[in-house]
Amino acid sequence: MLEIKNIVKQYSSHLALHDVSISVPKGCIFGLLGPNGAGKTSLIRIINQITAPDSGEIFFDGEPLKPKHIERIGYLPEERGLYKKMKIGEQMLYLAQLKGLKKSDATTKIRYWFEKLEMQSWWDKKVEDLSKGMQQKVQFVATVLHEPDLIILDEPFSGFDPVNAQIIQKEILELNQKGATIIYSTHRMESVEELCDYIALINKSENILDGAVSAIKRSYKNQTFLIAYKPKFAGYFTMESNDLFDIVEQQVVHHEHDEREMTIRIADQTSLNDLLSYLIQRVEIQQVKEIVPSMHDIFIDKVTQIRTTPAF
Amino acid sequence: MNKIPLIIQREYFSRVKKKSFLLTTFLVPLFFIGMYVGVFYLTKKSFDDSHAIVHIVDEQGTVANRLKSNKNLTFTTSSVALQKEIEDLKKEEDNTNILVVSKDFFETRRVELLSSGKPNITTQNEVKDQLRDIIRNAEYERLGLDGENIKKIDDTILITAKELGEDGDAKESHTEVAMGIAMALSVLVYLSLFLYGAQVMRGIIEEKTSRIVEVIISSVKPFQLMMGKIIGIGLVGLTQFLLWLVLTFALTSAATTLIFDQQDISSQAAAQSLQGGQGQAAAQGMDFLNALQSINVAELLVCFFLFFLGGYFLYSALFAAVGSAVDSETEATQFTMPITMPLLLTYILSFGVLVNDPNGTIATWLSFIPFTSPIAMLVRVPFGVPTWQIVVSLLILIAGFLFTTWVAGRIYKTGILMYGKKASFKELIKWFNYKS
Repeated sequence: MLEIKNIVKQYSSHLALHDVSISVPKGCIFGLLGPNGAGKTSLIRIINQITAPDSGEIFFDGEPLKPKHIERIGYLPEERGLYKKMKIGEQMLYLAQLKGLKKSDATTKIRYWFEKLEMQSWWDKKVEDLSKGMQQKVQFVATVLHEPDLIILDEPFSGFDPVNAQIIQKEILELNQKGATIIYSTHRMESVEELCDYIALINKSENILDGAVSAIKRSYKNQTFLIAYKPKFAGYFTMESNDLFDIVEQQVVHHEHDEREMTIRIADQTSLNDLLSYLIQRVEIQQVKEIVPSMHDIFIDKVTQIRTTPAF
Repeated sequence: MNKIPLIIQREYFSRVKKKSFLLTTFLVPLFFIGMYVGVFYLTKKSFDDSHAIVHIVDEQGTVANRLKSNKNLTFTTSSVALQKEIEDLKKEEDNTNILVVSKDFFETRRVELLSSGKPNITTQNEVKDQLRDIIRNAEYERLGLDGENIKKIDDTILITAKELGEDGDAKESHTEVAMGIAMALSVLVYLSLFLYGAQVMRGIIEEKTSRIVEVIISSVKPFQLMMGKIIGIGLVGLTQFLLWLVLTFALTSAATTLIFDQQDISSQAAAQSLQGGQGQAAAQGMDFLNALQSINVAELLVCFFLFFLGGYFLYSALFAAVGSAVDSETEATQFTMPITMPLLLTYILSFGVLVNDPNGTIATWLSFIPFTSPIAMLVRVPFGVPTWQIVVSLLILIAGFLFTTWVAGRIYKTGILMYGKKASFKELIKWFNYKS
């Protein structure tokens, strides 16, 4: 859907983007991650043609990005707002028409969304009479009203209470199922695993990690397992590190039943079968779980790793 | 697709539909009409009130018969003693007077006019005029001259000042009227440039602080948004001027026909001409009308609209740049002050140097510099300016606003995305130099 190639953006005093390349597949939800000030917003502004890159290219659906593509993009900026004195209905019409919708089409679509999100009575209200959360809802509808193929959401959940956040999340997933590609920019990791198929991690103006979420997580697995077990025989028993695995941590979780847990890292040549047959002979296995790092861990790991290694 | 019309539409209608717009549009002409009506009403009232009664106590003996009552004055001779007259006078209404003509009036020419209220100037003049006639006739008689024939001598001299145009044609010159119009235009242009320029700035600050600007410039180019706003508000200004013009004209004629019917006005005129000394004032009034006719109203209106628009575009672009750079109106003052300096300077000069010497070096120079020409040229136009100068000045003004719009566009584009950054002139220059 979107092919970003070697983008460089220099502001007078600092480098905002340094040779960033990202590929956003069609129909996915793409997480654009990174700490504050990493360059996410700069990149998004370039995609929206609000600013131009110093060098590099962007392809939209295979074509070089041009002003005509604007109408196929929906953008919810992090810094967002509405005309305070303007009525909601008129305001939506205006924003939709700016995106190239005809007035009649826009009216129909606004009515559809107002009904869907139970906002029918808001048409003649002024923005200043709505709560912050309500304004955010209006803003979300304004972003997706013209049925864009690419929806860019910069911190879409900020300002929502959990109930409304849930509603919006549902709508985002529904739009995605209908075929829209979504770029979701955030520095909050919790929702990433739930929502995103692909991610790119931007830190200090550079793309430091990108790809499918499943692939990234797989590559970050480090052969660590959690095993819950009970000794087969009553009496004194300890598990010790050996050729097959190293014990990272172990503890008794239930003294009376002598239920225990241990975290182990298996050796490179050890297969899961080897591990299980070894354990079966000695203990009663209650649970075996591979420990996969969360995106949050990967994020922290990646970002701090770069911070601690001196640059250049 | 070009979205500027859509933006113009919003900017225009969101302002025109506002209550404050309707209020100022309709109240300002009403205010002028109110003043106009008020002045006429008061004048009319003072005419009605000015009917005076004068009791004559004639100690001389021959004067009372010669004083004649007319529309404004009723003379009565009184036989009651003077003391009693004065007693009575205290109880009377306003505008009752006692005229005491002393025994030696023809020698000393002294009379006393006692009045119940403040002595009315019109009554005093009327009495004085009639008494003067009496004295004059008495003198003519004494010298053995024929008073009637002397009155027939016509010594009127009509002087007409004409200015010699470049084409050799002489046309009548009415400097005072031109001065008045010039100063009025100066005030009007100065105020409206500020008023609408500040509206552009306020609109941009609103978009910036409400953060809607990023949503909009993801749909249209920043330059389109800026131009849409400037044009939209400019149209609001034009609408307001046109409505004022039409309303003032309509209301004035309505008020004139409704309140003062023709009869009334002509009787006033008659009353006025009766009072000898005011004949001259009437002549001056005619002169004023002539002067107004001598000024080319069409040319003035066209010049006003062209120079207002040119000045508006030039300054509102600068105001737009300022609006994009700041987060609040108070912060904007540091930039608007230096930007509007040329305007303020011309405004002040327009009451002195410019009207006194409209074709002098300073006036001519200022009317060509685009930052000052909207005021300076309009001040000169009522005095008559060669057409080529107006055209050249307009062309320079157009070039000027293209330039300021270009500069402002570059600053605006960067400025609107800078939140919470204290802008300085140095910063603005940096923004101007950013690559697009």
